[in-house]
Amino acid sequence: MMLPPYLYDIQREIEGYARGYGLDFYEQVFEILDYKTMNEVAAYGGFPTRYPHWRFGMEYEQLSKSYAYGLSKIYEMVINNDPCYAYLLEGNSLVDQKLVIAHVCAHNDFFKNNYYFSKTNRKMIDEMANHATRIRRHMERVGVDRVENFIDVCYSIDNLVDPMSMFIQREPMPKPRARDEEEERPRQFKLKAKSYMDKYINPPTVEEAGPKPDEEEKVEIRKFPVRPQRDVLKFLIDHAPLDPWQQDLLEIVREEAYYYAPQGMTKIMNEGWASYWHSKIMTQKALTDAEVIDYADHASGVLGGSRSLNPYKIGIELFRHIEERWNTGRFGKEWDECDDLAAKRNWDRKLGLGREKIFQVRSIYNDVMFIDEFFTEDFCREQLFYTFGWNERTERWEIQSRQYQQIKGQLLSMLTNGSNPHIEVEDANFENRGELLLRHRHEGVDLRVDWARDTLSNLYKVWRRPVNIATTLEEKSKILSFDGKAHQERAGTP
Amino acid sequence: MTQKIDQDHSRFRKIVRGKIKQNLRKYITQGELVGRQGKDKISVPLPQIEVPRFRYGQKNQGGVGQGPGNEGDPLSPGEEQPGQGPAGNQPGEHVLEVEVTFEELAEILGEELELPRIEPKGRKTLTTRKERFTSIRLTGPESLRHFKRTFKRALRRQIAMGVYNPDRPVIIPVREDKRYRSWKVEYLPETNAVIIYIMDVSGSMGDEQKEIVRIESFWIDTWLRSQYDGIESRYIIHDATAKEVDRDTFFRTRESGGTMISSAYKLCAKMIEEEYPASEWNIYPFHFSDGDNWSVDDTGLCIKLLREEILPASNIFCYGQVESPYGSGQFLKDLKDHFSEEEDTLVTSEIKGRDAIVDSIRTFLSKGR
Repeated sequence: MMLPPYLYDIQREIEGYARGYGLDFYEQVFEILDYKTMNEVAAYGGFPTRYPHWRFGMEYEQLSKSYAYGLSKIYEMVINNDPCYAYLLEGNSLVDQKLVIAHVCAHNDFFKNNYYFSKTNRKMIDEMANHATRIRRHMERVGVDRVENFIDVCYSIDNLVDPMSMFIQREPMPKPRARDEEEERPRQFKLKAKSYMDKYINPPTVEEAGPKPDEEEKVEIRKFPVRPQRDVLKFLIDHAPLDPWQQDLLEIVREEAYYYAPQGMTKIMNEGWASYWHSKIMTQKALTDAEVIDYADHASGVLGGSRSLNPYKIGIELFRHIEERWNTGRFGKEWDECDDLAAKRNWDRKLGLGREKIFQVRSIYNDVMFIDEFFTEDFCREQLFYTFGWNERTERWEIQSRQYQQIKGQLLSMLTNGSNPHIEVEDANFENRGELLLRHRHEGVDLRVDWARDTLSNLYKVWRRPVNIATTLEEKSKILSFDGKAHQERAGTP
Repeated sequence: MTQKIDQDHSRFRKIVRGKIKQNLRKYITQGELVGRQGKDKISVPLPQIEVPRFRYGQKNQGGVGQGPGNEGDPLSPGEEQPGQGPAGNQPGEHVLEVEVTFEELAEILGEELELPRIEPKGRKTLTTRKERFTSIRLTGPESLRHFKRTFKRALRRQIAMGVYNPDRPVIIPVREDKRYRSWKVEYLPETNAVIIYIMDVSGSMGDEQKEIVRIESFWIDTWLRSQYDGIESRYIIHDATAKEVDRDTFFRTRESGGTMISSAYKLCAKMIEEEYPASEWNIYPFHFSDGDNWSVDDTGLCIKLLREEILPASNIFCYGQVESPYGSGQFLKDLKDHFSEEEDTLVTSEIKGRDAIVDSIRTFLSKGR
């Protein structure tokens, strides 16, 4: 449903404030949805038109059940698209709608300006609809069940992508040598001859019978891929023996995975940025006196709550912290080397660079860099962070540490690669039998073995030859394999 | 309004129920919404399918939190989900607590088992008069005077007459101001229902068997209660003789000795005849036994009682046979021999263990009567 006139006016008003602060966003289209449609659209990952698949139904059930029992409510949804689509929940109070509109402006600004979104498709609404059409067409041709089963397979490996690859210009892969190149090879067995006599003096049969080509080929055997490839999906699309429709499905799944990847990489920043601005816009401009209480109530709901890590909270606090530091000049060599606590406490160089700095941060950082650079010891202590873990002896969850290094390490390891293990294609001709070998770069935590096996079974359906993954289990190098019939585990090389 | 998601949703439900795509069955995790009903905890299933991926093993990884407390302090319940980190950590292992009412529970049960709503048997003409105090009159006994309305009228009158003084707000109602509560008669269609639970408590029914009966009757109770306004439950236990007991005793008693099912059926028939005339009541006898009866003669008597007295009066008669190591299970076969498929007032079900309870409830209640 389109926005009613009074909300449209509010939208204009708030967009005006946002632009005034320097936010720069795509044109915005707001729509009001009832909670059912909201849950539906949310289940589809924000897009009203997705291809049919049961996992959206599962999402939907979860959302509507927890909405029905009052456990959660989706206030708003923003789609990274140009124009930017945003959905508001019907029946939100006016304060909530104002807040949400301000929030959306900031998300939109983030989508438009953050570097990690720069490669995403800005016509994704159309693209998703096209994907749906393509998949429906495949379903008509080869049957719903076959297509759905293959989507299940793709879905099982859709985390094997490399979000950073979008930003890296790698050298093109060496092409397999073409036939005509071969002919240009210097022919060492050639006897001297005039051109018109050549084919008699050096008859082609002699050349072929020569010992040379064999030897040469031995030298030519190279590993393929030449370098390990992290974008496993891409590798499979290019090299696995797939039917055209399967290839298409895999491409669709990959494309969507890459579309969503930046959102996973910038969750803290994105939510922090949006919360920072809605709070700024609301408290400084948009709120009327009568709305303050409602606003405070909502804000405490979003930012407060349980003590577990809240991306909204940590994000907004970090942005504020950065702004504060750059306003007062608490950075750089001088600040770092200052040992005088009293001087540090009252440090104020009156630089006023805070606003500029946070805009810069929103443009070029992602969560990992954001935490790595700005999660300082002071911030960690002020915000009372801790790590927790399971205590075997007391059988309960306990606060484990308040050590800065540990907390930061834990945070970073949670954020790196979206908590996905680092897996790459190492060899597509493993054992010289056309088997696929993946390698898991072990970083301290083992893979979940039963799932790894089942994922291998799924991979087998794509590669159609035995598939292997080299990993480390309980500090021993192992290779897990599946040959289409049985799973195997053997010692591997690190 | 139908939504596009409905198609995906029903496909998901079908996978969960095991109707399609058996290969995904093993990935179904039984997430749940947990609620409390009095002392009892009730959990509402929230199944999810987690497709396998290359993922880290859990190994109680822990996480980062924010708040006061010293190293070594325990976290309060509800915070201990390590999956709550940013950037989409492992989903689906949260236990959510919600309050669930019996109505909601019944609705969920109905939805899960695809139970039809019950059509009460044909006596829609039967109504009860019910008086409800919903209206206001100018006359009536003082005991029914509507205090607030009376004073409002008085205030209005005084303001209109210009005798009201805001500084000294004295309001004195006179006779014309007085308002009295009054009733309206409503005719409500009446649906009376009674559930008669009969359980075999002979020596061969062990604790496990009784537990199964208890769980099953709880759910049956919940469902039927959602379908009828006033519902009564009666409990009969029997070994060689039958007696009526209260709910508590019903589930706790353990007798030993022989089994004469006819004794219970006699009592049941008597109960129906004396207290629940079939023209006015929806009657639901449920009989749980391990299927061991004393003699063939007694079984014959049972069948006679069922055919002539109990079945004609009942909406549905359910016989649930709980598997026990001692019972022969003969009674179920006898029932099946004597009653053909067409006589669908009699429903039988074999309950092999706890897992079979759901199917058994579905068998009993899916007739919609």
